[in-house]
Amino acid sequence: MNKDKLILRTRFIERASHWVMVLCFLAVALSGLSWFFPSLNGLNAVFGTPQLARILHPFFGVVVFLLLAFLFVRFVKYNLPEREDLAWFRNVRQVLAGEHEPALQIGKYNAGQKILFWGIMGLISVLLVSGVVIWRPYFAPWFSIPSIRIGLLVHAIAGICLILLIIGHAYLAFWVKGSIRGMVTGYVSRSWAKTHHDRWYRQISNKQSGSGKQQ
Amino acid sequence: MGLGRRQFFKLCTVGAATATAASLGFAPGMAQATQSRQYKLLRAKETRNNCTYCSVGCGVLMYSLGDGAKNAKARIFHIEGDPDHPVSRGSLCPKGAGLVDYIHSEQRLLYPEYRAPGSDKWQRISWDHAIERIARLMKDDRDANFIEKNDKGTTVNRWLSTGMLCSSAASSETGSLDQRFTRALGILGTDSQARVCHAPTVSALAPTFGRGAMTNNWVDIKNANVVLIMGGNPAEAHPVGFKWVIEAKIRNGAKVIVVDPRFNRSAAVADIYSPIRAGSDVTFLMGVVNYLITHDKIQHDYVRAYTNASLIVREDYSFDDGLFSGYDPAKRSYDRSSWTYELDADGFARRDMTLSHPRCVWNLLKTHVSRYTPDMVTNICGTPKADFLQICEILGTTSAPDKTATFLYALGWTHHTNGAQMIRGSGMIQLLLGNIGMAGGGVNALRGHSNIQGYTDLGLLSLRLPGYMNLPSDAQTDLATYLKQTTPSAVLPDQVNYYKHTPKFFVSLMKSLWGDKATKDNDWGFDWLPKWDDSYDVLNYSNRMYEGKVNGYIAQGFNPVAAFPDKNKAQAALEKLKFLVIIDPLATETSSFWQNHGEEHDVDTAAIQTEVFRLPSSCFAEEDGSIVNSGRWLQWHWAGAAPPGEAWHDGKILGHLFLKIRELYEKEGGANPAPILNMAWDYADPFDPKPEEVAKESNGRALADLHDEQGNLILRKGQLLDDFSQLRDDGTTASFNWIFAGSWTEKGNQMARRDNADSGLGCTPGWAWAWPQNRRILYNRASADPQGKPWDPKRKLIGWDGARWSGVDVPDFAVTAAPGTNTNPFIMLPEGLGRLFSVGAMNDGPFPEHYEPTESPLANNPLHPNVTYSPTARVYESDRKRMGSREQFPYVATTYSITELFRHWTKHARLNAIVQPEQFIEIGEKLAADKGIVQGDLVRVSTQRGYIKAKAVVTKRIRRLAIDGQDVDTIGIPCHWGYEGTTRKGFLANTLTPGVGDSNTHTPEYKAFLVNIEKA
Amino acid sequence: MSMQSQDIIKRSATNVLTPAPRARDHQAEVAKLIDVSICIGCKACQVACNEWNDLRDEVGHNVGVYDNPADLSAETWTLMRFDEVEDESGKLEWLIRKDGCMHCADPGCLKACPQPGAIIQYANGIVDFQSDHCIGCGYCIAGCPFDVPRISKKDNKAYKCTLCVDRVSVGQEPACVKTCPTGAINFGSKQDMLHQASERVTELQGRGFAGAGIYDPQGVGGTHVVYVLQHADKPHLYHKLPTDPRISSAIHGWKGWLKPVAAVAFFATLAGTLFHYVGVGPNEVEEADEKHEEDTHA
Repeated sequence: MNKDKLILRTRFIERASHWVMVLCFLAVALSGLSWFFPSLNGLNAVFGTPQLARILHPFFGVVVFLLLAFLFVRFVKYNLPEREDLAWFRNVRQVLAGEHEPALQIGKYNAGQKILFWGIMGLISVLLVSGVVIWRPYFAPWFSIPSIRIGLLVHAIAGICLILLIIGHAYLAFWVKGSIRGMVTGYVSRSWAKTHHDRWYRQISNKQSGSGKQQ
Repeated sequence: MGLGRRQFFKLCTVGAATATAASLGFAPGMAQATQSRQYKLLRAKETRNNCTYCSVGCGVLMYSLGDGAKNAKARIFHIEGDPDHPVSRGSLCPKGAGLVDYIHSEQRLLYPEYRAPGSDKWQRISWDHAIERIARLMKDDRDANFIEKNDKGTTVNRWLSTGMLCSSAASSETGSLDQRFTRALGILGTDSQARVCHAPTVSALAPTFGRGAMTNNWVDIKNANVVLIMGGNPAEAHPVGFKWVIEAKIRNGAKVIVVDPRFNRSAAVADIYSPIRAGSDVTFLMGVVNYLITHDKIQHDYVRAYTNASLIVREDYSFDDGLFSGYDPAKRSYDRSSWTYELDADGFARRDMTLSHPRCVWNLLKTHVSRYTPDMVTNICGTPKADFLQICEILGTTSAPDKTATFLYALGWTHHTNGAQMIRGSGMIQLLLGNIGMAGGGVNALRGHSNIQGYTDLGLLSLRLPGYMNLPSDAQTDLATYLKQTTPSAVLPDQVNYYKHTPKFFVSLMKSLWGDKATKDNDWGFDWLPKWDDSYDVLNYSNRMYEGKVNGYIAQGFNPVAAFPDKNKAQAALEKLKFLVIIDPLATETSSFWQNHGEEHDVDTAAIQTEVFRLPSSCFAEEDGSIVNSGRWLQWHWAGAAPPGEAWHDGKILGHLFLKIRELYEKEGGANPAPILNMAWDYADPFDPKPEEVAKESNGRALADLHDEQGNLILRKGQLLDDFSQLRDDGTTASFNWIFAGSWTEKGNQMARRDNADSGLGCTPGWAWAWPQNRRILYNRASADPQGKPWDPKRKLIGWDGARWSGVDVPDFAVTAAPGTNTNPFIMLPEGLGRLFSVGAMNDGPFPEHYEPTESPLANNPLHPNVTYSPTARVYESDRKRMGSREQFPYVATTYSITELFRHWTKHARLNAIVQPEQFIEIGEKLAADKGIVQGDLVRVSTQRGYIKAKAVVTKRIRRLAIDGQDVDTIGIPCHWGYEGTTRKGFLANTLTPGVGDSNTHTPEYKAFLVNIEKA
Repeated sequence: MSMQSQDIIKRSATNVLTPAPRARDHQAEVAKLIDVSICIGCKACQVACNEWNDLRDEVGHNVGVYDNPADLSAETWTLMRFDEVEDESGKLEWLIRKDGCMHCADPGCLKACPQPGAIIQYANGIVDFQSDHCIGCGYCIAGCPFDVPRISKKDNKAYKCTLCVDRVSVGQEPACVKTCPTGAINFGSKQDMLHQASERVTELQGRGFAGAGIYDPQGVGGTHVVYVLQHADKPHLYHKLPTDPRISSAIHGWKGWLKPVAAVAFFATLAGTLFHYVGVGPNEVEEADEKHEEDTHA
């Protein structure tokens, strides 16, 4: 792969974090689902046994949170809302239809991705807080039973929402060809960048031509 | 990349498919066969036994490992109630429910141990070594200190420098061997827990009704209309017996009344609770008598016919300012000769059936109790007047012939300097109400230990012999004198006066004790019995020990350092011993009295020069034998496992020790060996007498062919007696305990019977066997009027069929004595009448009188300031110095048991330790507020004698009382924890209690004394 | 001899479409009747429970009350709760309630439990924890309206009274019932127990307890442990016995409406993605574009 023809979109540390998180999330989400939908109980086999799943789920969940927190630090600056995001919203139908015209002045992340970003960050925080409240045997005994009940409900709702978001995220990555490769290798093609993130592409191009440095 | 995409797609598809399938109900059924826990008793061996703790004597089923196969070693792993048992019906209290943890207590002793003088450790020794060394120590001490003749030259054969405590938790068979063992050696310093428990019951009820036992039985309580619980707390101390109180309440509509210093668990389910100051019960009871008389709530026909109300008392009897006639202040005792009936020319008591003679008992009683007005009761007891009147009124309703009240009491009455008189007071009330002999009536002494009734029956008290006979004193120099003084003659004509047969009982006992060695020529071995000069009860004996007059002590299933009053004195006394032998299943405080346990037991181990032997014995679950419950039922039980480790049965320990001592005397001679050599010890294996042999010996057998008056053969030589009517005073019968005659007859072991059919009114004559003669309700002749008609047709216990008495219970009467004759119902008394006036039978007066506890919060007795305290209570000088003043120790304290624990015993059982883990005391909210004590604080409770520290339970259940113009606060002190056990380490509560006893029996005053309290 | 799985009528975390076998439910519902008015608080039931179930809790501390151990635990399945109550006239009552699992007809624990078969309800009404299946999540604690289940520190599994299902299944009464000295605990068919309870209430009313009544809260479908209370109008006097216990609405929401809503959301999402992909096709950047880009920067 000729890296000269490609643009580094995501650094190794970020990619590594992302994919570790994906694995952890998968385990946490599947075990979570195993307890939410009785019929999916077998999914907790991801952790070996139901008992082990119950013990590991919260620890893996915390790992997910920590990795997301790291990614939050790394990515937050690209995910701040901008005036240009409005164009994406106005043209969301074309975006979903896969039409690449007109160019929407999209930065490193489009508005949809930003929503995803903030959604994930928000939900994982809710999951962390509610998860601590219901976490046995370590923390739950410190909370009253009514607060644990609310914790359980909130944790379930937030978990469902997060899984739905992630399904969407994963599907879109799968749909937009080149995205997964981008997250796996770190590199995207210039045409991909130009097509999907035109403003970012321009910024990169300008920087590269200015300093010869990537990013 | 392409592969990755395909995989991801697959995953999504599978996920979607799974979810779809699940939602459609196709999820694989992953239910593994779900099972509840397996039933664990399926083929385990089941053994019947009785709970070893209290005198309810609940039936238990013990389940042990293995199905009984020889190759399986039985280990009891579960115990639950026996549903067939007529009293317990499957129930067990928290102690009984935790029995399995007593059997397997961490503190069970497994092998003999020895502690050398001054040593700080136990060393394991062999049984041989232990037995040899103990026998040697005992023989040497006996040889050195045995008194064969006293100063007057009378043969006394007593050995005072070694004593033995016996355990009323052991079987009657062990008790019989104890009696043989101690008396053969000449030991007088012998007692059982009966002394520190219910001794006043015997000395009060026997003079009142004829027998010193619970009049009715547990199940009969259900027939009551009113239940008065006073001086006891059966919900806590006898929870399963209390079942029948609840039964009376909810099935019979009974009113349940509790009068107690503390709103206790009995009060929790009572209709009426009223407080009373600890130690003031005589006032309350005499107040009730006064109320009944002044309000005419008397069952007059009953009182006239069945009590001594009409008998005329001697002219020189008097009562004045707190003292009865005949008081000698120097001796602190009464000359009781004036406290008796005026006799006519035939030697019978004079009687005035109109009750108008000024000196008839009725009028003396009226005068005596007239001072006990409701105001006086409130003033002395602190009981609110309205409560008192309401209680009197309710009790008064049972003066109707078809209504009965039952009185339930226990140690709350016995543990006072005038304890016996409290019990007397209750007996008098029940006589006035016509409630004795009636189903649902009676004065029901709720005994303590599971076999304390049996140990009382066996006479395991310093001055007693089996069957309520007294050990001869050194004034009774020969058999004739003894029998003359102990055999009563009838006070009224035509009376049964059953004790006229005393010579038969006594000679049969002597034949049992000495076998062929007892002959008419040697007065049946009369000389070999030790003769007493003083009461060697536990207070006396521990005082002797304290004074250095005792060298050896055997504590068999008794924990004196915990159970004796004034623990620090008891400790000092034990420290003066040369040797101490402990025979116990558990590691008691007494066995380690020489060990320093920190603040709870701070002693100088090196300075304690006592040799200590600790011999492991079996517990109830590991032995066959019988125990006697409070209702006088002799119940046989069976072993479910062998004793653990090297533990031996008590009988085996006694057998080895006795035979070793006998061997030494045979070889070496020594101080009068005759009683030791002549004591019958005729067992198949004399080293290990079997309970069956001993039980048969207790019942007794014919020593020659016996014929009745018509010459018909009734028993062949060697056959077991059918009952005590077959006893002879000519040496042709032997019976170790005449009242047990009938318990194991030629028909077999009557104690093992298990027919629980109810013959009526809750009587179960086919279950076990009750003394006397299998009677379940004592004095039941009094349930019918003189003409034989039941007072209450619904409570017909016995009836006259024209020739004999019979009924649902065995008649407690001469079965052929027709109604309408002069024969009275109380057949054990020479007048045949229930005694309102106890004549000279008690040391401290023929009528009860209130005296303040020896440590009292009052300066003076409001009734008679010149005689504040019991004038006859025995106080040793060393104890008097240890009494505190009301200024220093302003609060009344009372000790008691709580439900979860049994004395100092169940603290060794983990199951019980869990439910009451740590020592506490109870204190009322007002006093707590004054002292700044809050719930859960550690407090220090002190007396002149020592202190304890415990957690404070601050409660509304203990009230501040207004007594004679002053506020009196009470502090409740449960008495269960110590420095040994599975519970948290605690102080022995008896550190606080004073060493003074009841005037009649010297049972210590554990229930009323003075303390101070502060935050620790 | 053990209770067969076919006698189970409810099973935790079991899809309503695939219920537990429940054909064999023609058996009487059982109940334990606790008559608080004749309970002496002796704790025999506590000890018998521990003994039968081979439980040995810690030897704890006295904290200034009679309640010992201080609370229910994984090794204390039943506990006497003592309350000293004075009425307006100053009359003192010592109310003693045996606390423990109520064996609700509609058990909150079972509803909340996420692990299939870890909590089951038998046809006779007994609710039992199957320790082997328990995952220690503690949701049962949140589900219970009576604060009964406890997680063991030893094995991280939840425990509570089984109503001695091992005894009941062979025809015996529970250990606490058998041992109760005063007969304050009774056991029989629920019908018989309610009849007996009503007789007790009548008797108590006759003794002046106007508020006497039966505690068989319908908010949880009734219970298989029923109290007779002297003051049924004030259950909170008995160590905060809830007046109208119900499964919390949070639990109802979580185990109720949230599931179908979430299921629909999942289906919608998955279906949406599927149809979107099939409808729109992959979103690919045209090769030409790429080539063009490469050229530009070459």
